[in-house]
Amino acid sequence: MKFARIVWANLVRKKVRLLLTIGSFAVALFLFVFLGVVRDAFNRGADVAGADRLVVINRTSIINPIPLKYRDQILRIPGVKYVTHNNWFGGIYIEEKNFFPQFVIDPENQRLVFPELAVPDDQWNAFLKDRIGAIAGAKLAERFNWKVGDRIPIKTTLYGSNGVWEFNLDGIYHGNRPQSDETQFWLQWDYFEEKVPESFKGQIGWYVLRVDDPDDAPRIAKSIDDLFANSPNETKTETESAFAAGWVKQFGNIQKLILSIGVVVFFTLLLVTGNTMAISVRERTSELAVFKAIGYSDRSILFFVLAEALTIAIIGGLLGMALAMLAVPALGKMLTGLLPTIVLAPSVLIFGLAVALLTGILSGILPGFGAMRLRVVNALRRV
Amino acid sequence: MVKVDGSGGQAGLIQVRDLDKTYRRGGEEIHVLQGLNLDVSPGEFVAFMGPSGSGKTTLLNLLGGLDVPTRGSITVAGDEITHMSSSNLTEWRARHVGFIFQMYNLIPVLTAFQNVELPLLLTKLSKAERRSHVETALSIVGLADRMNHFPRQLSGGQEQRVTIARAIVSDPTFLLCDEPTGDLDRKSADEVMALLEELVAHHHKTVLMVTHDPLVAARAQSTLHLDKGVLVEASKLSQSVPVGGVA
Repeated sequence: MKFARIVWANLVRKKVRLLLTIGSFAVALFLFVFLGVVRDAFNRGADVAGADRLVVINRTSIINPIPLKYRDQILRIPGVKYVTHNNWFGGIYIEEKNFFPQFVIDPENQRLVFPELAVPDDQWNAFLKDRIGAIAGAKLAERFNWKVGDRIPIKTTLYGSNGVWEFNLDGIYHGNRPQSDETQFWLQWDYFEEKVPESFKGQIGWYVLRVDDPDDAPRIAKSIDDLFANSPNETKTETESAFAAGWVKQFGNIQKLILSIGVVVFFTLLLVTGNTMAISVRERTSELAVFKAIGYSDRSILFFVLAEALTIAIIGGLLGMALAMLAVPALGKMLTGLLPTIVLAPSVLIFGLAVALLTGILSGILPGFGAMRLRVVNALRRV
Repeated sequence: MVKVDGSGGQAGLIQVRDLDKTYRRGGEEIHVLQGLNLDVSPGEFVAFMGPSGSGKTTLLNLLGGLDVPTRGSITVAGDEITHMSSSNLTEWRARHVGFIFQMYNLIPVLTAFQNVELPLLLTKLSKAERRSHVETALSIVGLADRMNHFPRQLSGGQEQRVTIARAIVSDPTFLLCDEPTGDLDRKSADEVMALLEELVAHHHKTVLMVTHDPLVAARAQSTLHLDKGVLVEASKLSQSVPVGGVA
């Protein structure tokens, strides 16, 4: 600790430069953390996927439907516990910018297959009794300031020209994990089936099923696909996490894009901080020579430079993360519906801190070694 | 008494034997020091004079363990330093050498107190002990009332006195001064020289000083002349210069 004063005094000798460097670091770290949050959001499906859940879609593509009559056949396969089915509704609430995912659900089995999305019993019972009832996720309700009992008009875009469908908001569900998706809107299968044109009747979008034993999932998936092989609607069954990952791939290679931007941000950060440290060391070559002359070891000199770089990294990193903690919830609200739910997970913060420390060390190490190797005689001659 | 003929035996504080220092510049070898011998006793005040390029500063660097000779040996208080590893030499410098540079070389972002304290941070002294040592050193150089001033708030002469305080605070075996008055006006130079004389006379410090200035050199007990790397003449004064100095 007795050297802390020296490190700090050296750091604050050029206050404007220090502030700008820390500011650059904070902004870059914020961007880095935000990229991590977005990456997490796109991977959220895989994260929240139940290990014991399988998703069955049409082998041709998810936009091709599957007959509802497959349900009973699937249920008969040993190891299958519950089956539910969903359809993509794809309607517009008032105007297109208000996008949110709307799913037609099978009320009998929805809660058995997705127990983590909880609806109070009284609200659920009201929903079951109300053919035009709907359930909204807590974040979705908050976004539009909906309350139970509100009337929600949704204009259909996929199912004929039936215009606006109106729903009663009977309940609000909450996820039991921070990363649970609370932006969905659920409507009743019976009502949907009644209103859609004839060509859509008896067709569902996909099945989601729970199995008794997750280890048995590969066999069950194969059994389902074998069962419907060579039928007009062949199926593709996969784990929910694989299904979610495949869904994200439809947007393009998000992972690679985010990783590329992250790498650019990291190297920019490294160059900015490294350049600051290199200039700082070069400016005080003679001072470092004096330290060495009066008995400070090469390691001490390296320690001073690294300590300065790390201090910049830690202060800048913490500021960047504080900025992220303030901004991510606000951005999350602004981006609701445009991106999957964004949550600043502790793992992202820890990763951000690790990146900050790594950047600090890497940016200080080259100037530090240069200072270590400094020959006192040569350095003093430069005065 | 200082000797340059290698006849000083083992009793002196500093013994230099057959010292060579050669630099290679391009394809050419430059012999800066050649076969130099030197014996300095404890408590002596020796000045080195000579034209530019004669090897004065090189000799000082070698004596201070900042550079290594091409050939020959340097022994200080029984330690043969010419074959020490770099890290051992660093530790040796911390214990035995106090440096005073022409340009003061204070750390501008530290106060006078903090600058003087720097060598003590390498020791195991407690904070209170360090404070006591620093205050004593600053009192000796007459700057006890300036300890919280930064170098930019001090005059050149005061800065050099802080440098002297930093050099003596850890009670080194000897002081090496490279043109200590080279950047000072005559009055400040007198004050600094008076201080060095006091350190020799009253605190029994051994001081080796490089200077271009004959008036400054005259205040040392002995003056040695270096010319093209060879110690060619020794001028010895029979008496110590009185404290307060002669201008």
